Order: sequence, then structure tokens, then C-alpha cells
Amino acid sequence: MTTDTVPRIRVPEGGVGESPLRPDGVPKLRGEFEYAQDLSAEGMLWAATVRSPHARARIVSIDLAPALAIGGVHACLTAADVPGRATFGLEHPDQPVLAGDEARFWGEPVAVVAAEDPDTARQAAAAIEVRYEPLDALTDPVEADRRDDVFRRLSIRRGDQALRGSVVVEGTYEVGMQDQAPLGTEAGLAIPDGQGGVDLYATSQYVHIDHEQVVASLGLRPEQVRAHPSGIGGAFGSREDVNLHIHLCLLALHTGRPVKMVYHRSESFTGHVHRHPAWLSYRHEADETGRLVRVQARVMIDGGAYASTTSAVLANACYFAVGPYRCESVSVDGVGSRTNNPPCGAMRGFGAVQVCFGYESQMDRLAVALGMDPLDLREMNALGTGDPMPTTGQVIDTPLPTIDVIRSLQAMPLPEPAATVHHSELPGGSGLTTESHHVRRGVGYALGIKNLGFSEGSDDYAQARVRFTSDGAVVETAAIEVGQGMVTVLAQIARSALGISHVSVAHVDTSKIGSAGSTSASRQTQLSGGATLEAATRLRQRVLSQHDGDELDDEGVWKGDDLLVTWADLSDEDWEETVTFRHPPTTGPDENGQGVIHADFAVAGHRAVVDVDTELGLVKVVRVDTVQDVGRALNPQSVQGQIEGGILQGVGLAVMEELVMKDGVILNPTFTDYLLPTILDAPDVEALLIEQEGSWGPFGAKGVGESPTISSTAAIAAATRAASGKELNRVPIRPQDIALE
Amino acid sequence: MIIELTVNGEPVTARITNPGSLLDLLRDELGLPGSKNACEQGECGSCSIILDGELVCSCLVMAADAADSSVVTVEGVSPVDGLDPIQEAMHRGGAVQCGFCTPGIVVAAVDLFTRNPRPSRTQIKEALAGNICRCTGYGAIIRALETVATGAET
Repeated sequence: MTTDTVPRIRVPEGGVGESPLRPDGVPKLRGEFEYAQDLSAEGMLWAATVRSPHARARIVSIDLAPALAIGGVHACLTAADVPGRATFGLEHPDQPVLAGDEARFWGEPVAVVAAEDPDTARQAAAAIEVRYEPLDALTDPVEADRRDDVFRRLSIRRGDQALRGSVVVEGTYEVGMQDQAPLGTEAGLAIPDGQGGVDLYATSQYVHIDHEQVVASLGLRPEQVRAHPSGIGGAFGSREDVNLHIHLCLLALHTGRPVKMVYHRSESFTGHVHRHPAWLSYRHEADETGRLVRVQARVMIDGGAYASTTSAVLANACYFAVGPYRCESVSVDGVGSRTNNPPCGAMRGFGAVQVCFGYESQMDRLAVALGMDPLDLREMNALGTGDPMPTTGQVIDTPLPTIDVIRSLQAMPLPEPAATVHHSELPGGSGLTTESHHVRRGVGYALGIKNLGFSEGSDDYAQARVRFTSDGAVVETAAIEVGQGMVTVLAQIARSALGISHVSVAHVDTSKIGSAGSTSASRQTQLSGGATLEAATRLRQRVLSQHDGDELDDEGVWKGDDLLVTWADLSDEDWEETVTFRHPPTTGPDENGQGVIHADFAVAGHRAVVDVDTELGLVKVVRVDTVQDVGRALNPQSVQGQIEGGILQGVGLAVMEELVMKDGVILNPTFTDYLLPTILDAPDVEALLIEQEGSWGPFGAKGVGESPTISSTAAIAAATRAASGKELNRVPIRPQDIALE
Repeated sequence: MIIELTVNGEPVTARITNPGSLLDLLRDELGLPGSKNACEQGECGSCSIILDGELVCSCLVMAADAADSSVVTVEGVSPVDGLDPIQEAMHRGGAVQCGFCTPGIVVAAVDLFTRNPRPSRTQIKEALAGNICRCTGYGAIIRALETVATGAET
């Protein structure tokens, strides 16, 4: 259904295509916005978590007595206190709510406590005496693969496997473990309802899946648990999985008191899943003209101790292992290993990021082997609408403007090296370590492709309700606002569809509306936006039809110049419309990984300009320009915000962000040691948007959140290679990779 | 111990029982949750406040050391209603996403413009180098503050 079916709509200010002010902007700027960290309730207790200090250990005994002896301690709970399902998990419930006989990763929760104040809670957690018998930890994913200790294997075979090209390049690549590092750590408050049920307010990307898992592990009926959206300080994938949710509800029901928990930063680094580290090996074959003939890839990601979303991340890595290129003969073998490393799961880009570094490094090598310009090679092989996906064979039936991305990127002017550079802009930054004669400039390009929405036959949907109140229209949704601007764009969509300017968005709990699905996979603008558009469109049609009007606005229902029904009267009539929106169906893979696996695709390209101090191995990312396929930009300012923010996370993965592991232990779980890009690390960004309607999203919109993160890392790596002359087969690129290799 | 200090212009008496930080005192005892706790190590600037005229991370100041000092938080730099010109420029410029870093950035920017009403782009970046933002990539923040510096804000 589109707005074309609605007669004479006059779109008020603040509709799609504009960038209205965020409704949560003023409270956020004044420090008044309530985040999960800021919640409180009368009689509230504070919780803390006891975590395994071993990557793998048998739990011999747990003595709670020393903790319970501390004044102000109300509860100490272990695995034995979980009344329902002992495990949880987004796709496969394989992770213990609290470790029972065995702890399988460093930082795994073993017990939780509730006490009168946070200090007492932490003292009590430290006082619990857990006897461990350390066991041999399996931390090498290659060894896990050999032992067949894996979450999933996926093989893709497409085309004539005997095809060969005359020009061959091979390479192996590695991607380190990145963390989402949202500024707000995990936090929540659970309030018992006095009748055996509980209300949960916690950091989340997907309250309905939290609800499902809390219900299962508490052994309650679904209506006894209400999961409420709450204020979120960023997410980027880290909040799809349950962490403190079940613990809080357990403690609240056990004590009969509201219970709050806030992870401190180091705990946050172990308390949520990370981006999967990846090991890739590639063989690309082309004919002498540069036409890609065959791509062979092996993809290994380490899922860590529990399943989380490893199956889906592996699938994405395999399906997008060739990139946005046509290729007749493809072979991909992927494995997601199970080890005693920290669990990995969703992070912005979800498997597409890791392989992009591999295939784009390969495309550059192929260009060198062919003596071709790297963008000409990409243009020659560019995947477009009507082409089959090189991996799955799925014919792409929505706009995929890869060619336009390449040509626009090529046409963007390159910056001239500045005559004088402020010391803070040199690779050594304000440390003043860089001498300018060691600085070399490099330019690199990369393209990336990813699916939008959930894939592989999952029933992906979002529900939204549009309702009239005396103040105007309200969009009710359980879709989570993590900062991306959902709260703005849903209102814009409703304004454009209704013709009403007074529209607000209400984030309601799981008892009041059906699932919106996860705020992930770049999907909410398309899915919850699609539901909002359809609900608003239907509501307008019903109202006009019932009152025989021909126009609806803030004043009410009109026929010509006559106001038939005032807004006050209309809002008394209890108008509402609830819609569940589904994207086009997908299928699971056949035995060769073939099928209509994905609902939609987006492509983007990045051009990075870097300055490298070749003596010290330091990289300054000067600029990253981009061209992105967005379908239609519903809110250009938000799109720009996603692009700039996503690119900077790509900068992080390219040159600084990595959780360093040793024997399953994270060595740098603090903001002192896990380096995040600061304002001085941020490149200038110029973004061009390609708007080609034809996608099924509202008004032709595509999701825009992940594309900026997918190929920015690969472009920066390419530019750093150009500047340094080093192979650089690993990201993040470390100083020693440039200066000492 | 009992300490006296001035918070956002108001005299305050606070009882300190734990060796906590000024950030904890502000958030948990004085009802001022605008300053955010994101790292507790002085790395991210989310808890930035102005202490006796100096921009500091309140997570690194012992509450007891704030005795007899004057503290200004994000609540104190905000006007009674609405937004000051720095906040307004950030609002219009799309410089707020999740907003968790925003109070610290507002306080750091107010400190910058108090010292230097016409900062250059480089000076803006140097002034905010201690504030981590994970959402915006900083571009919108820089552009917004440049409009304040050049008087181009509306």
C-alpha cells in the first residue's frame, strides 16, 4: 500500500524527506533524559554479579554464607535458584543463566546478589567463595574446527566449479575482535508487581526477545512479565542478547523488592557479546580482461563459548564473501567455531564487515596483477539489479546501484595535501612524535554490500499502532530507540501518511503491542516504518470514509472548505489502527547454499585518504568520502549521522580497536586500554546519497545504519597499504605492522 | 564526614559515608543524574563538570575533595527553560544521537566558549579531545560548535 491511494493529502511540516528536530534532543542536551542507568524506585536494592575468573573451570562448590553474613545483603542466587529454563540464547538457548557445573568463559556469571546499596552488593559478590577446578580451555578456533566443536558450517557452491581464470591472486586475512563499546553500559531495574509477576526496564535492542527469555527462565506465564523500552546509551549490536535481564527479574521476585543493576565498564566488556574475530583465505581468478571468473573463500569466525547469533553472522559472512561483484563460479566454506573465548554476536555490519576486508583486499591485489585501475576493475564486475547474487544465486529485484556508487566515488574531488598541517592533525597527534618528512599519503577504495532485515526464511515482522488522542496522533511501538533516530522518523512517516502535523512516538511495553523485532540488521526504518506507514494510511482512509470527508489535518476532517468533524470530536471516537508489516518472504539455503535468502540489499563505497608516519607506524585517517545507496533518505540529517558515526567505527576497526585476548582472558577491558576514536581521530567526511526508489521500505527507503561500517575499514586499510607499501593483511593495523614488518 | 559545597549556585551540605567520587555524590545523593558514568577512569568525559572554574572529570574527583568548592554540572549550564545557544546549535545540527556523551560535551563546550568565544575548528577539536562519542563520528558536533564560534547560529 502506498500513499498514492490516499486522495488530496497535504503533507504538513516534518514529513519524510525533512530533518525535523529530535523530540528527545532537548532533554538529552539538558541532562534530563532518563537512561536505564538513571532509573530508581522506592525501596530499591542494588545487584552485583559474581563472574568466573577462568576461561574454563569446573565449579566445585559455592559458599554463600560469607556474603549473606554481611549486613544489608538480601539475596545471593546461583544456578540452583533458576526456577524455569536454566539456559537462554537469542537463537539457541545454550547459555546458562548462571553457570552450574562448569564455567565456559572468562567473566561468565556464576552468582548474583542484591543488597541495600551498590557498594554492599559488590562487597557481597566478592565475599562469595567459589571453588573452581580450572580445566583446559579451548581458545584456538582452528583446533575447535578440527575437533568439530562448531556452531555452524555453511558451504556454498555456485556455477561450474571447474572454471578457471588466467590471472590468480591468493591471500589470507585476519580481523581482530572489536567491541561495540556503547557509552551507556548495561543497566536495568526490575520491579515485582506483588502478584508473582515483574516489570523489567533494561537496556535492550529487542524487548520482545528479552521477554520471551525472561518468561522461560523464570517459569512464568507471558502476561506476568512486561519488558519496557528504556533510555539507551547506544547499542551497535551489544544489546540484542540477554545479560542482566533474567538476573534482575530473579532477584526482584526473590526479594520482593525493586532491584537495579548497572555494569561498570570492565564488566560491560565481558557482559555483552563482541564482533567475531575472523580468519579468511581467498583465491580470486579473473580472465585477462579483468572479468572475475571464480572466487574461492574459506571463512572462519570464532563464536566463543555460547551460540548467541554466531549462526547468522557466519551465514552473512559467507553469503557476502564475494562482495558486490558478479562471478560465475563461487565456492565458500564457512565455520563458526565454539571455544572458551568470550561469546561473540551482533555488531553493526554482522559478518559483512569481516569478509569485506578480505574480498576488497583481494580486488586490489587482482587490479595490481592485471595492471588495472582498482575502480575500473570493480566497475567491470559490478553487481546490479537483475544480476544473480554470486553466492546464493538470488536474482536481485530491488535497486542495487553499485555502478552509480563507483562512478560517483570516482568523481569526488581528492583533497590537496595541505601546505601546513597543525601538529594535532599529524599521525602522531598531540604527542608531537611525528616528523613530517616521515609522512606518506595514501588513497584507497572499497565497496561493501549487505542484506537489510532478517534472512534465511525467518518470519521477520514489526507491529505498530497509530492512534488518535486529543493531542494528535501517536505511533505506538516496541521498536527500540538506541540513538539512531527511530523516534523522529516514525513520526515523519505518520505525518506524511496522515496529513497531521501533531504526531508523537510512544515506546510501549511488551504487554501493549506485538513485537517490532530487533533494532538491528538496518531493519527498523523499513519494518517498523513500513508498519507505521500502513497503519497511518489505513487509519486516514477509514476516517475519511466514515465521515465522507476528503481531507484530514490537525483541525479535523474536511470536505471542501467545510470542517465536518473537529479534532476534539474525532479524538473522542477512539480511532486506532494496528498493522503487522512483513517484508518479502525469504528461504533457507539448499545444500549448496542457494536460495532466495535475503529480503533486500544495500551497497556503499568508501574512499579513504590517510597520512602514515612510516617510521613509527602511525596512521592518521585524513578523510573518508562515501557514496551510499539509501533508497530514499527519509531524514537526511539522520542519514548523515549514521554515515559519519558508522565510518568512525570503521576507522576504529582499521587502526585501533581490538579486544586483545590471552588464553581466553580479555587483557584490555577498559577505556584506557581499548582505544576508541576521539574527535582528533575523526576524518572529514563527504557523503553522497544515491536515491533510487523501488525497495519495499516506506517511500522506497532502505536501512542505512550498517553500510557506513562495512567498507570504511577496508578502504582505510587499502589507503594505508598505498602509503606504506606493506601488505597489511590484518586489521586493526598496529604500528608494528607498518614499522617493523 | 559532612562537607559543604556550592552546586550550580546553590549551597549544599552532603554527608559522605563511602570513599566515593564526586560523580557518585552528584548522581546518587544530590539528585543530579545529568552527569553520566561511562568509564569511571577519566577517559570518556561523560561526567565532565566545572569545578572551581576548571573542566574536570567528576569520576576522578573524590567527593571529599570537593569540600568548599563550586561545582557546575550540565543542569547548571542549562537555562531554566529550553536551551542555551551551544545546546541549541547542537540540537539543530544533529549533534545528538543516543545522547549519553551529550551532557559532558555540553559542559566541555561551555567551558571552551567561556575561555574563547571564537574558537577555530582545531581549537574546538582540542577542547573536546577528552570526550568520547560513539554515535555521531563527531562531524555534527564540530559543525554545530563552528556555527556558535562564527555567530552563524540561528
